[in-house]
Amino acid sequence: MTTYANTPHTPGDVLPDHPDFLWRNPDPKPSYDVVVVGGGGHGLATAYYLAKNHGITNIAVLEKGWLAGGNMARNTTIIRSNYLWDESSGIYEHSLKLWETLEEELDYPILFSQRGVLNLAHSLQDVRDSRRRVHANQLNGIDAEWLEPDEVAKVCPIVNVSSDVRYPVHGATYQPRAGIAKHDYVAWGFARRANDLGIDLIQDCEVTGIDISDGRVTGVRTTRGRIAAGKVALAAAGHSSVLGAMAGLRLPLQSHPLQALVSELLEPVHPTVVMSNAVHVYVSQAHKGELVMGAGIDSYNGYGQRGAFHIIERQMAAALELFPVFARAHMLRTWAGIVDVTPDASPIVGLTPVRDLYLNCGWGTGGFKATPGVGWCFAHTVATGEPHPYNAPFTLSRFTTGALIDEHGAAAVAH
Amino acid sequence: MQLIECPWCGAREEAEFHYGGQAHVAHPEDPHALDDEQWARYVFFRDNPKGPFAERWAHAAGCRRWFNALRDTVTHEFLAVYRVGDPPPPVPGTAPATHRTAPGAQPRQGQEATS
Repeated sequence: MTTYANTPHTPGDVLPDHPDFLWRNPDPKPSYDVVVVGGGGHGLATAYYLAKNHGITNIAVLEKGWLAGGNMARNTTIIRSNYLWDESSGIYEHSLKLWETLEEELDYPILFSQRGVLNLAHSLQDVRDSRRRVHANQLNGIDAEWLEPDEVAKVCPIVNVSSDVRYPVHGATYQPRAGIAKHDYVAWGFARRANDLGIDLIQDCEVTGIDISDGRVTGVRTTRGRIAAGKVALAAAGHSSVLGAMAGLRLPLQSHPLQALVSELLEPVHPTVVMSNAVHVYVSQAHKGELVMGAGIDSYNGYGQRGAFHIIERQMAAALELFPVFARAHMLRTWAGIVDVTPDASPIVGLTPVRDLYLNCGWGTGGFKATPGVGWCFAHTVATGEPHPYNAPFTLSRFTTGALIDEHGAAAVAH
Repeated sequence: MQLIECPWCGAREEAEFHYGGQAHVAHPEDPHALDDEQWARYVFFRDNPKGPFAERWAHAAGCRRWFNALRDTVTHEFLAVYRVGDPPPPVPGTAPATHRTAPGAQPRQGQEATS
């Protein structure tokens, strides 16, 4: 009998063919109508909606590493819209509504799961702030509720709601429509559809300079040559300051490492998403079974995509007090992404002093949830030269005018 | 855990220290003379370099004194520590990392977005 074992073969000769590639890997053309810098979720979504909503398809998305290998590969995938201020409610809720139909839109499974998010309150001031945010959300038509500790335990039975802990749970805000999605699939879904619409996704292509002539952007210089551009849209998260400097822009951003980790695969134990600003931890369980936990930012500026161990240690201590059931779970790996933090914990999305140069940055620790929403709005901004109403408040000039959108309460650690 | 060299106490664990952001940012000599743009620069805008960065640290769980450090933001390596009031020491192979952002010294006009 002929078997694989007794037949001469070379390694790999009986493997099935490679599945269809989701996108081409073209060389850059000399010129594009729009060059998007940054091939993460925001850049890909922006390119997709430029083509889909505005009919602009002569687009390149430039990525210095591999597609969606930056913060899109490193976030904790939490999606919610329960921010305090009207401006934030607008753009985050717009995004959440897009998430709710994104799987059909992209014709790609993204494992969007509306399992709800609990934001815990651990002090009397937390309770007051949380209730205020619930009321603000309700006035903005966002599903938000205040839960007492016994109700928290019903939503998530593994949370320790006893009073005999260092940071007792006094209650929580709850947004049932919030949830998680599979971050890689989201990026690949956008990339595949963008590719189908004729957009060039160019990896291993780092922007090293931005050419400006008479106050107008004319192209970018890259590690793969100069590329002329009618418009340039920056969506580079932690490296936005570096790119901004190439265009003579000084931005109110500080880049910090933000760490996260996963446990080994566990059977389903955690039915929702739990976040706690006070103890610096947020936890969900991925479809595959890992517990996914995020920390607060490392305090110092950093571009190295790694952080300090004591941050993880503190985060684990907090997680174990909230979830005693995790005591014997093993940590599988930790990592860090580089997040660009603004003074008011809200993003900057809009025009710049350089004509035809557009800026999307400052999402800090919470950009993933905004992926479809900001793609939609940033595409509108780039295509029309005017901000979309949802991103109009998020200007660079607000730091001069004082029209800040302070979301530290809803965003600071667990964003 | 990374060790940080306190100029007074010597090498101590990173967790003993508090970060203070960019160093050498002078308070405006005459705040009332600043316009909104200049005041915004002083309050909200700091350098964010990829590479050597002159920054402030406090030995919060030790001598509780502030000092300055030159640190690489990519490798997190401390290139030098020095006392407040001293200029940043030159580090071979790197560009000068001091950044003076006192408003009025180098006003940057026209950076506000138009939207």
